[in-house]
Amino acid sequence: MTPNGWLQILVFWAAVLLVTKPMGLYILRVYDGSLRWLGPVERAIYRWCGVDPAEDQHWTRYAAGLLVFSAASMLATYVALRLQAHLPLNPFHRVAVTDRQAFETAASFTTNTNWQSYSGETVMSYLSQMMQLAFHNFTSAASGMAAAMALARGLSRRSAGRIGNVWTDLVRGTLYLFLPFSFVLALLFVQQGVIQNVHPYATATTLEGAKQVLAMGPVASQEAIKQLGTNGGGFFNANAAHPFENPTPWTNFLSMLAIFLVPAGLTYTFGRMVKNPRHGWALWAAMFVLFAAGVGAAYWAEARGNPIHAARGVNVVASATNPGGNMEGKEVRFGIANSALYATVTTDASCGAVNAMHDSFTPLGGLVPLVNIQLGELIFGGVGSGLYGMLVMAVLTVFIAGLTVGRTPEYLGKKIQSREVRMAMLYVLIFPAVILVFTAVSAVLPAGLKGPGNGGPHGLSEILYAFTSVTGNNGSAFAGLTGTTTYYNTMLGLGTLFGRFAMMVPMLALAGFLSERKIVPASAGTFPVSSPLFVALLVGVILIVGALTFFPALSLGPVVEHLLMGAGRLF
Amino acid sequence: MAPVTRPLFDPPIVRRAVRDAFRKLDLRHMVRNPVMFVVLVGSVLTTLVLARDLIEGRTAIGFTLQIALWLWFTVVFANFAEAMAEGRGKAQADTLRRSRSQTLAKKLDDPRERTRTRSVGAAELRRGDVVLCQPGDLIPGDGEVIEGVASVDESAITGESAPVIRESGGDRSAVTGGTRVLSDFLVVRITANPGETFLDRMIGLVEGAKRQKTPNEIALIILLSGLTIVFLLAVVTLQPFAIYSGGAVSIPILVALLVCLIPTTIGGLLSAIGIAGMDRMIQHNVIAMSGRAVEAAGDVDTLLLDKTGTITLGNRQAVAFVPADGVPPQALADAAQLASLADETPEGRSIVVLAKTGYGLRERDITGLGASFIPFSAQTRLSGVNVDGRRIRKGASDAIEAFVSEQGGTTPSGVRAAVEAIAREGGTPLVVAEGGRTLGVIHLKDIVKGGIKERFAELRRMGIKTVMITGDNPLTAAAVAAEAGVDDFLAQAKPEDKMALIKREQAGGRLVAMTGDGTNDAPALAQADVAVAMNSGTQAAKEAGNLIDLDSNPTKLIEVVEIGKQLLITRGSLTTFSIANDVAKYFAIIPAMFMATYPALQALNIMRLHSAESAILSAVVFNALIIIALIPLALRGVRWRPAPASTILRRNLWIYGVGGILIPFAGIKVLDVLLTLLHLA
Repeated sequence: MTPNGWLQILVFWAAVLLVTKPMGLYILRVYDGSLRWLGPVERAIYRWCGVDPAEDQHWTRYAAGLLVFSAASMLATYVALRLQAHLPLNPFHRVAVTDRQAFETAASFTTNTNWQSYSGETVMSYLSQMMQLAFHNFTSAASGMAAAMALARGLSRRSAGRIGNVWTDLVRGTLYLFLPFSFVLALLFVQQGVIQNVHPYATATTLEGAKQVLAMGPVASQEAIKQLGTNGGGFFNANAAHPFENPTPWTNFLSMLAIFLVPAGLTYTFGRMVKNPRHGWALWAAMFVLFAAGVGAAYWAEARGNPIHAARGVNVVASATNPGGNMEGKEVRFGIANSALYATVTTDASCGAVNAMHDSFTPLGGLVPLVNIQLGELIFGGVGSGLYGMLVMAVLTVFIAGLTVGRTPEYLGKKIQSREVRMAMLYVLIFPAVILVFTAVSAVLPAGLKGPGNGGPHGLSEILYAFTSVTGNNGSAFAGLTGTTTYYNTMLGLGTLFGRFAMMVPMLALAGFLSERKIVPASAGTFPVSSPLFVALLVGVILIVGALTFFPALSLGPVVEHLLMGAGRLF
Repeated sequence: MAPVTRPLFDPPIVRRAVRDAFRKLDLRHMVRNPVMFVVLVGSVLTTLVLARDLIEGRTAIGFTLQIALWLWFTVVFANFAEAMAEGRGKAQADTLRRSRSQTLAKKLDDPRERTRTRSVGAAELRRGDVVLCQPGDLIPGDGEVIEGVASVDESAITGESAPVIRESGGDRSAVTGGTRVLSDFLVVRITANPGETFLDRMIGLVEGAKRQKTPNEIALIILLSGLTIVFLLAVVTLQPFAIYSGGAVSIPILVALLVCLIPTTIGGLLSAIGIAGMDRMIQHNVIAMSGRAVEAAGDVDTLLLDKTGTITLGNRQAVAFVPADGVPPQALADAAQLASLADETPEGRSIVVLAKTGYGLRERDITGLGASFIPFSAQTRLSGVNVDGRRIRKGASDAIEAFVSEQGGTTPSGVRAAVEAIAREGGTPLVVAEGGRTLGVIHLKDIVKGGIKERFAELRRMGIKTVMITGDNPLTAAAVAAEAGVDDFLAQAKPEDKMALIKREQAGGRLVAMTGDGTNDAPALAQADVAVAMNSGTQAAKEAGNLIDLDSNPTKLIEVVEIGKQLLITRGSLTTFSIANDVAKYFAIIPAMFMATYPALQALNIMRLHSAESAILSAVVFNALIIIALIPLALRGVRWRPAPASTILRRNLWIYGVGGILIPFAGIKVLDVLLTLLHLA
């Protein structure tokens, strides 16, 4: 670890802190309807769709709206991918995407996962990239935000199960939040050299005189929303490690900041909505503590490198001319600090974009992204989904520890009773259930065992990472796993759907139930939810619930791999 | 029922609890507790594996045998905890049952004919029957006095040996079956059928026979069940991972891991905690009509307290004499004492006492003076004495003013000023006059109970608001409120006002607690979230309340709140402890499980446990013994002092959260050393 590396990390932390409040205030205005500069467009959309924007929907209707919208757009994408050969903007005559891969891709993009078992530059037409995938990048982000707003409303008001209007939430999020910010960010990216064209692929002559085909495309526009919407699906297979997607340290920095921009701001928005900005900051702090710990661990593990290399006489000490540590699978222009930081950010925030290959990290370095996702994608988390994941954990924290102050648990004045606990537990339960069951099945079925590219504990890590990534709607790949089989396309596609909707529905039910509760005014006897003590408790509950669930699996994967590496064995 | 302070492990209760612990292995009972049901299934599974090993004649079955035994112990220990909590109630119920002995009742076929009684067994009485109760008789059932006044010994119910007066009409007309008439007679209309009487209900409640799970308990069980499923998944999927890694794990070890991880500590103690909470209420002579009421008591945000009897001593007392201009203080004191000699009200007595202590005036013998006394009446609103031609009167200022002007005198302005000054301070001015001459003013004052201000300050620190309810005018009320340190007051309160206040507080999301005894309190009691009815109160009030205070002590409301909080704190602390325990168990079991597959995992064996067997066994034994170790805590409740929530939280998190993580590390290590020494593993 170098001072320069830490300095870059510190600058990033400071930037996240600085953008939180202004971004939070802006989001607040997006969703309370006070932004009107696209009023005519907004009204036209409502008119055209036959939606009454003034309707305050019951949670069942709200959930149904989100599900129907997602199902319809997923189906449209599936059809478009299957028919891509017959559609325009297909200069290289890409053929139809296979059935299972189309299903998996449609599911993956609808759920804000962006797990990609294809290489964008060789499988997708420009139309598929721009119309289908980019469309989902916007709408899946907007639907996550909508769901978070619904839960925030359930906690902030008393309204007999009514939690807002799904259609206005989707439209406003897209129009006022994601479109303008993506527009500006895309321009910044283009200025830095990210490509944006629909040209045919270019041919270049390499220094050795060989011919190389360089893939082209409308990259910057997709790159912007991929980060802002915590989607993570790269235009190219190499994702943000590709110089056309992420050419400079500035684009790298902006990308990471864009990933955290909305989730961090949302904590402030929430604090304002529940009239307790300090609580918003408490949530931010809990996220930040986990984030900082992840960065520290990953940076330490990667900078330390592989002891076997050192034992063979390789110089792994960082110096002005040597990055040191473990540089396998990393871009030289980013180095260890920025690769570790990027890996932590992208897995904290269910983004899944990568600028280095997590598969090539040291076992402990690779454990960090894995654990980040397994904690429930709530360390800032996906746009919207990070906040609602954190709020469900806050509800559980208050329920577990709240009794110790001598009152039945209440969160922000709302009593937490059996209906609320049932939904919160369902939410918490589905996530490890999908990951563990799918991984366990794949670890013994022949079809599953064909996937991992390595044996031993590293192979288990690869399977575990894949199902963790899709269920957490992260989409980053550990790589090393051959995911293009029918088995994996199906299972991983299903994983994304369970991880999104099987969790979102109980969460919306929780929002509805909470909205029915009256708000008990806070007093000295109320469980404190804004103090450092609460932050510590929340972090503790997240770690204990997450760790207890995945500890056995992790100990047979990365943990034992790390211990064996110490003993000189690699996989 | 006399307040019994039983030792925690009373031998007869322990004996009964041990028996019940095995009786509770009944599946119908076990299935109500999902966590312990899983342990039961695990025990059966391990026992089956043991049986198979025995039949196949495998060696080294000692380990499986021990695991199986300790798993069964875990289930039995949890049952034992519950049986212990119930046992204390059952012992108390037995005491109560004795007072429900076969009484013979004197039934009146015609209530007007008190001489014609018919002897019937108490069990044959029905609602509406009328009985006669004479000195020495046990009242055969719950009822309402329709004729007569009598002193009644209610010690069988309340433990209070001083007899109480019961009379027809008004707020003291309710009698309870099993109490004894000491003097005079009562004609009682029976209001409850046998089996539905207060005593029966009390026995039922004390025994816990009709105990239903409270809302918070249900929610907690859902959480614990959810965690159990999570751990079930973690353990079940571990087997495929183990197979992938090259070595399947045996069933007893998987079961051992599962049982150690699921929250058995809180799962085993949860119902004991709830029963013990109701039991603690009973020890304070408060009968909770439901567990829900105890739980709600901990949640209370607003306490409505009647001024008289709760905040102030029953009555006002004279604290000063303020003479009119030109009147010697001695003369005023003398007149005031004379006017009050025959006044047997506590106010009157206090005037006599003040004259004696403040002015050295000895109490005079009233009969010797040949005085004639004018008693207080609602019309004249004054009282006094005529003696030696002196006409001395005391009373409200306007009443005395009228009396003085009738005698041809005027009220000096100084007296008026004194009256106003006393009223402003919250006191009650009593003006004394002799004939047409106003002598001065007696300052009567509410005496706030000692220590009550500190109690209210404690409540405020816990975030509980106190509201004083009084019939006094706002001025007086404000002064008493300020002196007692309540947060708010409701003056000139009518029952409707009280009701409106409760509804207003509830609309603001607050939970309200109150006490009451009169029939006109009943609607408010029914509306309040925690309603403590005085046992001395009317039947209507008792039916409207969800807690009944057998001592009829309104200050008890504060203790009720504290007991409620203690119940919730105990539940929360043990839940936190139970979940925090898991960390150490992982570090014991996971390395042991895969010792053969991945010897490198020994790095996780941070407790340096002796062997795989000893590690797993120690964790299982610790898991079982901790239930027994925590029974006293569950029954007694966690100790706590009133403080803001943040202070209580910090304290409990250190003890039960951090302690919950660390203690098992030490405990498992000690057990590992012991088991190794004893060659058990």
